[in-house]
Amino acid sequence: MIRANQLIKSFGEQQVIKEVSLEFETGKTNLVIGRSGSGKTVLLKMLVGLIRPDSGSVLYDGEDFYSLDKKELQHLRMKVGMLFQGSALFDSMTVEENVRFPMDMFTHLTKLEKAKRVDYCLERVGLKGNNKKFPSEVSGGMQKRVGIARAIVLNPQYLFCDEPNSGLDPKTALLIDELIHDITVENNITTIINTHDMNSVMEIGETVAFLSNGVLCWRGSKADILKSENDNLHDFIFASPFIQKLLEDADILK
Amino acid sequence: MRLLEDLGRFILLFSHALAKPPNWRMYGKELIRQMYDIGNGSLIIIALIAVFIGAVTAVQFLYQLDGTLIPTWYIGYIVRDSTIIELAPTISCLVLAGKVGSNMASEIGGMRQKEHIDAMEVMGVNTASYLIMPKILAALLVIPLLVILAAFISIIGGYLASVLGGFMNTEEYTRGVRAFFIDRNLWMMLVKAGVFAFILTSVSCFQGYYVKGGSIELGKASTNAVVISNILILVSDYLIALMFTT
Repeated sequence: MIRANQLIKSFGEQQVIKEVSLEFETGKTNLVIGRSGSGKTVLLKMLVGLIRPDSGSVLYDGEDFYSLDKKELQHLRMKVGMLFQGSALFDSMTVEENVRFPMDMFTHLTKLEKAKRVDYCLERVGLKGNNKKFPSEVSGGMQKRVGIARAIVLNPQYLFCDEPNSGLDPKTALLIDELIHDITVENNITTIINTHDMNSVMEIGETVAFLSNGVLCWRGSKADILKSENDNLHDFIFASPFIQKLLEDADILK
Repeated sequence: MRLLEDLGRFILLFSHALAKPPNWRMYGKELIRQMYDIGNGSLIIIALIAVFIGAVTAVQFLYQLDGTLIPTWYIGYIVRDSTIIELAPTISCLVLAGKVGSNMASEIGGMRQKEHIDAMEVMGVNTASYLIMPKILAALLVIPLLVILAAFISIIGGYLASVLGGFMNTEEYTRGVRAFFIDRNLWMMLVKAGVFAFILTSVSCFQGYYVKGGSIELGKASTNAVVISNILILVSDYLIALMFTT
């Protein structure tokens, strides 16, 4: 479980995260939703240590991330996997080398053991046989899957995904969502996903937190969303007239 | 104020970069890749520039010494010492700052923009060390070799211009090249090459590492890398010359 306590972050005069406290449960896909600029990415980056909060703490199963010494931090980082919005694959490396990179850097496994693990991860994300391709030779959806394979190669206990569906067509986005959800359940890991895609919320949003202007406005499950009376959340969910019409027709939204 | 802030960040970045690598093999591979990129990628341009440096030095001194009592075989001596002491290390490194330096700033800056550096940081990689140290070490190993080669080719360039140009014969030029040799000048060349190599790589990596924004900022970082490196190379050139000659 990951717990964020009273996180605050400002850039200059602007406070972008305002005393956010949240719990992310193990074995579940925890979604953080909100409009662009609501502070989702800053929150995620604070959770993984890429941006240091001005105050507050982040606890990984009780361990305070920002109080760890260098060795403890390195140990914890080995348990963290992250999928970036743009996949962040290293252009000069093949798919296989990208996935193998964390093992090359931090493990003493043999070549054969690494090769087996890479093959397993690529097969798990449905990319068997693409080992020798470069990131530029595969599609955006495939790049995301390579990113997932790289994120899970060290068997992480915590998986972070920043906008995993951005730039993908709805069907590929659904595949990525399902993949992340299945990996979370199979490995009983804590997964945190930043998204503004309502399809993701309805598909895999086991716990959902809604951020608006850096403030945590609402928490609940996907089942609770439609019943919520939070105006901000309501505006966010039903921003699309198409969805609004569908729900009205189905007599879900009154 | 901004200068002090940048200096502080530069020192902090390099204190991180000096950390012990978690995996020497990965760093070794990166070092070899960088050595190949710097050496192989710069060989032709350095050789081309060097041959003309020697040729132009020879022709211009022939013109300046014409009608004086100084014998023409001095041209070999002048070409040798001016290239070893000044022209080979300085001009080569100014060119390398433009070629290698801007390339390093763009490479690291591009990695910053495409979140590659963030991805490595999340994995626990010390990016200051992994991305910067192999580049600096590679430059410290390869650039002095390029400078030695440039000095050698410049002397050949001087020969081509003076002898093939019909201004003197081979014996005269060779006599000049072998005259008044001081081995300390070679050390001065190597010290300059090492210092300039450090300047052009560290400044370029620093500019790329802290790039923010989009392609315009990346372009500015690349330009700053070249301009600042060139200024620092010229200032340090003067200081090294003072150290070795006074």
